[in-house]
Order: sequence, then structure tokens, then C-alpha cells
Amino acid sequence: MKQKQYAEGALPRTRQRKITSTLLTVALLAALAAALYALDTNASSLVLRIVRLCAINVVLALAMNLINGFTGIFSLGQAGFMAIGAYATALLTIPAAKKAMIFMITPLAPPLDQLTLPFGTTLLIGGLLAAGAAFLVGVPCLRLRGDYLAIATLGFSEIIRVLITNAQGLTNGAQGLKNIPPNATVWWCYGTALVVVIFMALFTTSSYGRALKAIREDEIAAESMGVSLFRHKMLAFMLSAFLAGMGGGLLAAFNGTIGQDMFRVMQTYNVLMIVVMGGMGSISGSVFAAFVVTIGQEWLRVLDGPMTIGPFHTDGISGLRMVVFSMLLLVIIIFFRNGLLGTKEVTWASIGRRLSAMAGHKRKEAAS
Amino acid sequence: MREKILEITNATMQFGGLIAVNNLTMHVSYQEIVALIGPNGAGKTTAFNMMTGVYKPTSGFVVLNKENITGMRPDMIAQRGMARTFQNIRLFKALSVLDNVIIAQHLRLKSTWPGAVLRLPRYRAEERLMHERAEDLLRYMGLWDVRHEVSASLPYGMQRKLEIARALATQPTMLLLDEPAAGMNPAESDELTGLIRGIRDHFELTVLLIEHHMDVVMDISDRIYVLDYGNLIATGTPEEIQSNDDVIRAYLGVDEDEA
Repeated sequence: MKQKQYAEGALPRTRQRKITSTLLTVALLAALAAALYALDTNASSLVLRIVRLCAINVVLALAMNLINGFTGIFSLGQAGFMAIGAYATALLTIPAAKKAMIFMITPLAPPLDQLTLPFGTTLLIGGLLAAGAAFLVGVPCLRLRGDYLAIATLGFSEIIRVLITNAQGLTNGAQGLKNIPPNATVWWCYGTALVVVIFMALFTTSSYGRALKAIREDEIAAESMGVSLFRHKMLAFMLSAFLAGMGGGLLAAFNGTIGQDMFRVMQTYNVLMIVVMGGMGSISGSVFAAFVVTIGQEWLRVLDGPMTIGPFHTDGISGLRMVVFSMLLLVIIIFFRNGLLGTKEVTWASIGRRLSAMAGHKRKEAAS
Repeated sequence: MREKILEITNATMQFGGLIAVNNLTMHVSYQEIVALIGPNGAGKTTAFNMMTGVYKPTSGFVVLNKENITGMRPDMIAQRGMARTFQNIRLFKALSVLDNVIIAQHLRLKSTWPGAVLRLPRYRAEERLMHERAEDLLRYMGLWDVRHEVSASLPYGMQRKLEIARALATQPTMLLLDEPAAGMNPAESDELTGLIRGIRDHFELTVLLIEHHMDVVMDISDRIYVLDYGNLIATGTPEEIQSNDDVIRAYLGVDEDEA
């Protein structure tokens, strides 16, 4: 009895909660790892593709959420940063012999033609190059506000695409790149996604993350409280580009082939859709929506095929799934103005509160 | 003579053909409470915006703690010890009361962002200190009980108080209050008067305020500056201002029957 009291005294409630949530997180990660292992060994390659794409979309959505959701800067340059990361990873992982075959019109500029690096390194290099591009774009663009910034970043994204199309000796131009080694395994995709989630959680709850939220809430007040707008926006913009570059690298290895037309504005909108759906400024929202959108788009594919509904028969209307999907998105925007989660996060504490509230409700019902 | 904390010399602010503030020269000395008054559109808030860096004066100088801050950005001026509140409350609406006050301490943070992400010991110590300071401030301002509320959900008077708490969190030497008593009832503005004096003594601050409530102004101010159409028309103690003919004419209006 006495010992028990001592044990309770030694562990204050906040610390006890911390330990509980850590244990739950470890358990969840272990379950996730086991599920991934089972899928990796048993699932069909189609299912595995979707499973991996989910994780890549988590990375891409979080990258965009950092700038659009947490900082409140409406940037549409994501596809450009992804393209930089994708080409960096592709060019640095394709074996030298295959590069000679791919670059038929103009040979690849040295030393890239002989250089190959480990996959992880190329992801980081892709991220760094994207962040560097973000710096160059950010210097003039981040002084703009609202719509102007959206248009400027959109323009930048298109410029990157045009550069890729014309830099024959570096990117193989319109022919694109193929034979990219399939490094984007389940483990690489989910490993990267996990690191990015942890990074985002730590960053957005730090003093710097709070400063970004302050900028989102009221720029003038934030500046008057001593937050340097330009420095903080630039930090968010470059970090977002870094993550987008890594996501692009993963996507390149996932696809095996890349071309400039992969990185049209539609690519940015696809990610934006996930971010808006999950909630601008919510990490768990983006993670959740990345899965919903990726799986949903795949699952709705049946709509494109031949269907018989009662007396009606169609031989398949291609694009019908996108119509349905857009309508679903509209419903979400109308009924959940701030996305599924808004700026809230799902944490063990919030789940616990929800559960105990439900239990309390049931107890009340039972009592009455 | 006490040293001058804030000094404005021949400052003019011109927007196209409109001269909002004309050749303004004024100062606020250490631990003084000075009021800047004048009818609507007299240029009071424009003067504030020149001092805090929101506007760059067309000509003239602003000196804070003997440093020329003319033309500096608002964040640089805040770092040098000037804090302000806003006439039309500008809180970080969606964030909690506590977060509002913690964010205002970000400018004093020494850790870099990688250090913050990695939660290095130095950052953790700074974070703890920021929390402690915020909690002290909220207790002092009587906002402790609502610290977890979303700031936009607070009643009006409390939002005004939170604006002051947030400004204090930047650890200023000079505090600028833009109509702190706006929208308050007599009891609330009475309390505010005591609060501002208390803040001045407790945090060893120098205060410049814009205010329309005359009873507040006359009660609290050591000295008063009166603006009218961008021009300084009078300066002096509350008694002197109350009996100044120019002020009565410009600010309080001329009685039509007597004129």
C-alpha cells in the first residue's frame, strides 16, 4: 500500500500521461511496421503501389501545409520544387551505362554522366536544390501578398518546367528520364514520411512554428511584436521546398520515369486538394487526407469502367471518377469549411478526452 | 531632468497631397505617462505608426533610447524595446491567450530553428522561461483563468488587456497604447487607469498613449500633447491643457451660442 502511494507520488499526472502517450505511439508504430511488412511480402504490386503513394503524398502534403497552412502564404510553386527534387534524384541514381542510352540527342553533361550516389543522399540533394531555388524565388516573391504571391509562384513553377524542357543536356528535354532505379520501397516511403511528420510536429510546436502561425493570424501584429516577416517567411518557404524536393525525389523513384509534363500545375492542385481537405494547419489532417485522397482516387476508378445501373448501361466514361471526386471535395468545402480537422491535431490526449466524454455520456444514459 | 526615452524631432508624414502629421516634435522621458490627444483624424495614429516603423516619416527623426530608429522596420524597433497595442485590436485570433503572450517573446529567443526542432537543452530552457514569463504576465493582468481560451472568444475588455499583456511580453522599455480604454465603461476605464500606472511602476516603463476618454487622460497623464489637423497645438500638464483656449476651441469645440 505504502509502496503504491510512493509510486504515484513519484509520477505526477503530466509525466504519467507523457509515458502513456509515448507507449501508445510506440505501439502504433510497431503495428504500422508489422502491417507494412505483411503488405510488403503478401500484397499485389498494385496494392503496394497505392500503399507507397499514400506515404509520398503525406510528404508532399505536409510540405505544402507548412507554407500554405501554417504560415498562411498561398504559394502555388510546389510542382516546381518537386520537379527539381525529382530530376536531381533521377540524374544521380540512374546508372552511368543507362544514362548513355537515355541521352540520345544530347549527351548528359559531365560529371553527371558518370556520377551515381546512394538514394538517401540524392533525396537530400534534391531537397537542398529545391530549397536553394526557393531562396532565389523567395527574395522577390515573398514581399508580395495574397493573390500576387500565388501568381508569382505559379509562374515560377511553369518556368522550371520550361527550363526542364529546354535544358536538353541536363534533363533530356521533352523525352524525359527513364530507368530510374526503383528505390522507393515501402520502407523508404514510410521512413521518409515518418521523419517528415516528426519534423513537422517538432517544428510547428517550437517558437519558430508559433511565429509562423502569428504571421498567418496577423502580419502587422506579428511584425510589431518583433517577428521579422521576411526571415520567417523565407524559412518556411525554403523548408517547404526542401520537403517538396524530397517528395519529388521519392516520386521519381516510385514512377521509374519522369517527364516535364508530370509537373504541371495540376500536380500542385492535387496536393493542395489533400491539404485543404485535411485542414490547413493540421499535420494529422494532412496525413489522414493523404490516405483518403490517394486510396479514394484509386477506389473510384471503378466509375471509369463499364457499369450497369438498373436499365442504364455505359461502356465506361473516362474521367467520371474525377467528377465524383470533385463533387466530394465540394461537399467537404461546403460542410467543413476548414477541412476535416481545421487547425486541430489528433493526439492521444484528444482521443482520450473524446473517449472519456463518450463513456461519461453512456454512464449518464444508463443512470437516467 | 530625467533622460528622454523617446524623442521625435520635426517629423512629418505626407501621403500625396495630405500632410497627416506636420513637423511634430515631442519627447517622452523615463517612466513618464504622456498622452497624445486630438480630434478624430488629427494624426495621432499616424504619429504612432511613424514611431513604430509602420510608416517611414517623410522627414524628421525618431530616436529611441538614444538610437536613431527612423525608417527601421517594425520588428527591428520592437527588438530595440518599443511595444505597442492597436486601436482596432489585432490579436492572433485563432490562437490561445497563452500562445499570444508566448509568441510575443519570440523576438528574444536566441536558439536557432534547428536547435528548436531538436529541442536542445538551451532551447528547452528558453522555452520554459518563456512559459514562466507568460504565466506571470497573465496572472498580473488577471487573464490567468482564461489562458487556454481562444483569444477571439474573450470579451472586449479582456482582449484589450491581452493586447497590453502581449506588448509587455516583448520586454519593452517604451510602451505605446493606442486607445486602451476604447469601448470600456467608466468602471472598466477606472480600473485601466490603475493598471497602466501599476504597469509603469512594476515594469519600469515609459508610456505614451492615445486616448479619447478625457477623464482617463486627465487622471493618468503627467503631460499631454494635443494634435489638430496634423499640427501640435498645445503641450503641458493636464491642468494647463484643460485651460488652454486653443485646445478648447480645436478639441472640445466652440459653443455656437457664445461665439
